[in-house]
Amino acid sequence: MSATGIGASVRRKEDFRFVTGRGQYTADIARPGQAHLYFVRSTHAHAKILRIHAGHASRMPGVIAVLTGEDFAAGKLGSLVCGWLIHSKDGTPMKMAPHPALPVDRVRHVGEPVVAVIAERADQARDAAEAISIDYEELPSVVDPAKAQAPDAPQIHEVAPNNTIYQWQLGDPAATEAAFARAASVTAIDLVNNRLIPNAMETRAAVAEYEPGTEQFTLWNTSQNPHVARLVLSAFVGIAPEHRLRVIAPDVGGGFGSKIFIYPEELVALWAAKTVRRPVKWTSERSEAFVADAHGRDHVTRAELAFDAEGKILGLKVKTIANLGAFMSTFSSSVPTYLYATLLSGQYDIPAIFCEVDAVYTNTVPVDAYRGAGRPEATFVVERLMEVSARRLGVDPAELRRKNFVKNFPHQTPVIMNYDAGDYAASLDKALALADYAGFPQRKREAAGRGKLRGIGLSAYIEACGIAPSQAVGSLGAGVGLWESAEVRVNPTGTVEVLTGSHSHGQGHETTFAQLVSHRLGIPIDNIAVVHGDTDKVQFGMGTYGSRSGAVGMSAISKALDKVETKAKKVAAHLMEASEADIVFEDGKFTVAGTDKAVTFGEVALNAYIAHKFSGAELEPGLKEGAFYDPVNFTFPAGCHVCEVEIDPETGRTDVVNFTAVDDFGNVINPMIVEGQVHGGIVQGIGQALMEACVYDESGQLVTGSYNDYRMPRAGDFPPLVVDTTVTPCPSNPLGIKGCGEAGAIAAPAAVMNAVTDALGTEDIAMPATPLAVWTVLQRQAHREAAE
Amino acid sequence: MNVTLTVNGETRSAEVPPETTLLVFLREYLNLTGAKTGCDIGDCGACTVILDGKAVNACLMLAAQADGRDVITIEGLATREGLHPLQKVFEETGALQCGFCGPGVILSAKALLDENPAPSKQEIRNALAGNLCRCTGYVKMIDGIQEVAETMRSVPTPALPAASKGEQKHG
Repeated sequence: MSATGIGASVRRKEDFRFVTGRGQYTADIARPGQAHLYFVRSTHAHAKILRIHAGHASRMPGVIAVLTGEDFAAGKLGSLVCGWLIHSKDGTPMKMAPHPALPVDRVRHVGEPVVAVIAERADQARDAAEAISIDYEELPSVVDPAKAQAPDAPQIHEVAPNNTIYQWQLGDPAATEAAFARAASVTAIDLVNNRLIPNAMETRAAVAEYEPGTEQFTLWNTSQNPHVARLVLSAFVGIAPEHRLRVIAPDVGGGFGSKIFIYPEELVALWAAKTVRRPVKWTSERSEAFVADAHGRDHVTRAELAFDAEGKILGLKVKTIANLGAFMSTFSSSVPTYLYATLLSGQYDIPAIFCEVDAVYTNTVPVDAYRGAGRPEATFVVERLMEVSARRLGVDPAELRRKNFVKNFPHQTPVIMNYDAGDYAASLDKALALADYAGFPQRKREAAGRGKLRGIGLSAYIEACGIAPSQAVGSLGAGVGLWESAEVRVNPTGTVEVLTGSHSHGQGHETTFAQLVSHRLGIPIDNIAVVHGDTDKVQFGMGTYGSRSGAVGMSAISKALDKVETKAKKVAAHLMEASEADIVFEDGKFTVAGTDKAVTFGEVALNAYIAHKFSGAELEPGLKEGAFYDPVNFTFPAGCHVCEVEIDPETGRTDVVNFTAVDDFGNVINPMIVEGQVHGGIVQGIGQALMEACVYDESGQLVTGSYNDYRMPRAGDFPPLVVDTTVTPCPSNPLGIKGCGEAGAIAAPAAVMNAVTDALGTEDIAMPATPLAVWTVLQRQAHREAAE
Repeated sequence: MNVTLTVNGETRSAEVPPETTLLVFLREYLNLTGAKTGCDIGDCGACTVILDGKAVNACLMLAAQADGRDVITIEGLATREGLHPLQKVFEETGALQCGFCGPGVILSAKALLDENPAPSKQEIRNALAGNLCRCTGYVKMIDGIQEVAETMRSVPTPALPAASKGEQKHG
């Protein structure tokens, strides 16, 4: 292993600018002559817009324009769209309602942008927005997905009767019924996977510029996938043809899914920039982010798991209602379907699975992918079922899992996925050892002596990453292929630029991608620049989400490097007057096999451009190659997380006292970066389980719309996390890597809730298990015991 | 109104509307964009700067309140000799991910170590309680700050050499 190659904990190239405050995020960009955009947002969950009073505001100091939904409609731009077509079980397509950037006559969730104000200064735009009043006629609203389909529920969109977007199913209902019919026992649970608010620390922002002379737009945007943003804004909305729209996603301060999507605000910024002929800048306030960024999760589920008399799983039945909010966000339809039900086999050999999912509209912020996207929801169902089943059957939860693990690969599940490699017992064993699982009863007794309730819980998760084989997702309704592109440009001096369609917003691609190049070409990592996030520089890309950048993005780079190597060998052959077949490339040097002739990579690069040693007829000058890599399968990171909690029955406070994670990510490029990804994911997962309550009241007001009410994990909340890995290389891509970005958020919630319910001795508590929720359960138990 | 203050050792001055916060003053009038706007109401700490030796939320303070006072921002932390040990350890250990919260976290940590050179792990956690990070789980930040505290106590050098081009390796 070289010091900067694959497998080394190389210092991150991006960190010098970050630790010195020189990161360049969208909000840090100021264009000459820029105006500022501010939105008047709906204060109602559901209402008719009767009249907008904007006359006074439009005459306030600094105000340039006040634009409404009618102005936007007059611009004849298209609607925002959801790009993954799901069909209901009766064959009908999903009921996608129009989603104009600014509504004309009706608002459907609190926070929906209604009026755009453009002014010289940001504070002037905000002051003018506050001076605008809107007459609304309030309509009844529905926020609870379990109530959205009721006959008397208010209708949110005409196209979707009973607010039902689709009724989808996966698996074999007859085989599953048959499995349940011969079951010795069945475990049934009702679960709520709580709605979450992503809260990347950088709020969304956009700076839009229009150049009338060339009819060229430029958009700086907080995006995880600038090319996808350009494609949607161009092909569906029609703001400009693709070649006249440049989208730049500079440093982006965290995404977690919420910056995948194409939102009304950046579209309005582009449109306004053309309308007022000034660069227009919009920066979301945090209070806006709570009601405007797509939320995550929000499932209501009934699940049943059937066992034979020996504790082997026979079948799984799942019925889920998924809340997609007031509009279908860009990839929302895929999350509770193909990213969820396809993972319901977990790490287990389950002969029959049947899953039904109803997706519904409600008067809430749209819901879409959030770190893990469907896979945390699936893991929560499967791993809560396993733990509850073990308790009910009176067996060790670890052993019940072990008995049912998939042990032979490849393994075809009944829900599409074909697991290519894994060793689930290895990660379980290592996690149990690191967590001192065997010593838990002693620790529980010791805690009881101090008046504390101690519990332990496991989560043996699996995820499908490396999203995704284009042909496969195409057959499932995806509107795009999910390959990735890369270009490797070798300069005459031997330095290298890698252009990638992946986008880094915290993952450290500038480092890990450079490690691959350093490893392959034998050049110092300082001589490599990774370029991403600019549609004018990178030809195309699908962006970063679903832990795909390593498995797919780096595989594309690897493929381009293969081509660079092939071409470089031809140049080297000319240089050394040898046969191309005899050229060997190793450690940055080209040699002629069986001789001491050698040239360095740098010499080859220079000669590729000088082109004195070969004629252009036999070999093109230059050294630059591109590749598109389309994966052959998903990748399947898996592992086992163990959580140990201690509950104070006096206050209901839950402390995570130990948390152990053993993950199999396949080959690891940079262990230091991977460890950080796992830490962050786990803390988000623990946040979901114990803290993050997203609460709407009955009238559709978000009552947890600030950091005072929405409890984010803070530095004081957790003990150190024990993080380790096992390795089964992924056979489905050239680098053997699986992806690590979401594992923590996928695994942790089930581990935590299994521990909390173990400590409490009841399954009857929902996420987040806040002190109030835990205390309430304990009080109920005390009353019941007193009554007996 | 005129606001004049010392920023990173230099006297800086600007005419601003009276409602201008210190954060807007730094970002928009002095073009020092290292301090970030994360919530603008003092909950997230992304705007943390050091004012007369104390970590403050620049979003909660008017520029006029800082008139005549001494401000350190992330841009002023490294010296000619190199990065501040906190910056260096964060770089060496990959303590940041997206980087957005980093300037605030580093300055909160500096204010802590300036006041308490031997903090316990819990004191470090408490000092960062006002800085939200969504990426890292805080683990490497807390470990890094502890490491710096130990190093600074044993070696009385204020700054370590800058990251030279030749030493990109770690681990």
